[in-house]
Amino acid sequence: MTTLRAKADHGIRRRRSVFPFFNALGMLLLVFVTLYPVINTVAISFNDGTDAVRGGIGLWPRQFSLKSYETIFSDEAIFNAFFITVSRTAIQTVLNVVITAMLSFALSRREYVLRKLITTVFVLTMYINAGLIPNYLLLQRTLGLGKSFWVYILPTMLSCFNMIVTRTYILSLPEAMVESARIDGAGDFYLFWTIIFPLCMPVLATVALFVAVGAWNSWFDTHLYNAGKVQLHTLQYLLKMKLATTTNSANAALTSLDAASSTTNTTPVTVRAAITVVSAAPIVMIYPFLQRYFVVGLSVGSVKD
Amino acid sequence: MRTAKATVGSPTAVTREYRRTPFGRKLWHQRQLALMSVPMLLYILLFNYSPLWGWITAFMNYKPSVPLFENEWVGFQNFVWLFGKPEFLRAIRNTFAMAAINLVFGFVFPIALALLLNEIRSLRFKRTVQTVTYLPHFLSWVIVVGIAQTIFAGDGAINRMILALGLAEKPVFFLGEGKYFWWLVGGINLWKECGWNTIIYLAAMASIDPALYEAAEMDGAGRFRKMFHITLPGIKSTFMVLLIMNIGYLMEAGFEIQYLMGQNVVMDWSQTIDIFALKYGINKGQYSRAIAAGIFKSLVSITLMLSANFIAKRMGEDTLL
Repeated sequence: MTTLRAKADHGIRRRRSVFPFFNALGMLLLVFVTLYPVINTVAISFNDGTDAVRGGIGLWPRQFSLKSYETIFSDEAIFNAFFITVSRTAIQTVLNVVITAMLSFALSRREYVLRKLITTVFVLTMYINAGLIPNYLLLQRTLGLGKSFWVYILPTMLSCFNMIVTRTYILSLPEAMVESARIDGAGDFYLFWTIIFPLCMPVLATVALFVAVGAWNSWFDTHLYNAGKVQLHTLQYLLKMKLATTTNSANAALTSLDAASSTTNTTPVTVRAAITVVSAAPIVMIYPFLQRYFVVGLSVGSVKD
Repeated sequence: MRTAKATVGSPTAVTREYRRTPFGRKLWHQRQLALMSVPMLLYILLFNYSPLWGWITAFMNYKPSVPLFENEWVGFQNFVWLFGKPEFLRAIRNTFAMAAINLVFGFVFPIALALLLNEIRSLRFKRTVQTVTYLPHFLSWVIVVGIAQTIFAGDGAINRMILALGLAEKPVFFLGEGKYFWWLVGGINLWKECGWNTIIYLAAMASIDPALYEAAEMDGAGRFRKMFHITLPGIKSTFMVLLIMNIGYLMEAGFEIQYLMGQNVVMDWSQTIDIFALKYGINKGQYSRAIAAGIFKSLVSITLMLSANFIAKRMGEDTLL
């Protein structure tokens, strides 16, 4: 390693470049621009509500307070929303992973007689989209999924993009393993479950991450189908409603500040920041550990079949 | 016959006997594969294809309370109405403008960042920068818009910086003036996705043969020459595939951010075709007109994708189809 590094350095020293220095400086600036808004939000969430309205909080709270967190955790709605969000994320992820793996396996078998037909039908869905309103009419009117938990699960059991990525990955596995298992008389289910599924873990981890992030972050389905049913609200939807009320009352808050803050001592600004932190924390804490997987998964996706 | 049966049982080796086996017989032998895929075929037919049936209502004056075929047929009247409506024309303009900004930003900056990241020698520093720049990708649009409203507010960080640097006399109302909206969306999109979009380019760069760089060094090529003559050509095919794909998705330029961030005062600049459809379809109950808007959007998407694919094929590039 050291000899390699020495060799590489040698190549640069010859040219006496200032490039690495400015490059590193540029990267540090990028890191700052990326992190500033996020840390700023965390700082606001830990700030005193009345004080925060004055604005100008940077990377650290000016008047430390846990009041906003007390406020949101004293409301049962957030626990319920947390439960709904976790449930839908877990169910959606498990269903997606199993279904994607099975389907990709079947469509990766070159001898399968329906392979071409089914693959074409799936790939076309990436380009042909009926649109918002026809989908709404199907789910709301035809299937009657409005105001139910199922509207989170049923329409999102499979993504064609994930299927293609997984299938590409399976096709890249050595065919010999499948062959030898077949000679031993293994059926397709057995083959899938004992050989292919375990081998697909890297790509399925990527699929799981994509689906989980999408499920955790979605709010529009709640907005469209479940807005009228409080028990089914998700974390992001809760935050979305706070967003709406905060923006509408942004100017009003300044004038009626005394009236609003004397009773609760929190304003929507800090409460909103606190909900933001709570609803983002799980994913932000998990993704760095999955980096290895999603990099592999995405790279596979870039390979043309 | 026995051999045919044996081949069907282990069908990885596609023999002549296997090819002659009747379709139904093959399917029966592959029933486990069928069981793994046919239910999902039905699923996709229901959830992705059956809504296409709803397109016919764009040619009606559709009322959900009336049975489908008892609605009045109106021909292309809904489309005529749409294209005579300045609000819809503005929505088309906004969709294209923001899509174009996203497309350009979405290629130029991630490729530039990937090139620069590729030059960093310290693996730990590189990894740290990557991990940090991936972060915004994992935040929801609700969160990102909330953060943006704080940062771009009259007393937000951006305005404090502008005032401190003396670039303006008074705070700029980024969120309340239409002329900033497209660029705000472009900038926020860039912040959210730039790091994430480098992953695919870095992977493509990692697969370039190191011998090419060594040979170039022998010939006296410097850092930038290697970038322009080896690295960039090395990621060209990845770039083309992504370009075609993104042109196909151009009309999906965004919906969540515009919906969440577009207040009434900036509506002329923020409303996209999707938001238009949502407003007329669900809020106002004018389903036929909203579906007509959706059909227009889908047709434009397909046309764009097919033309991009065609041009790429003509240029001898890798294509999607």
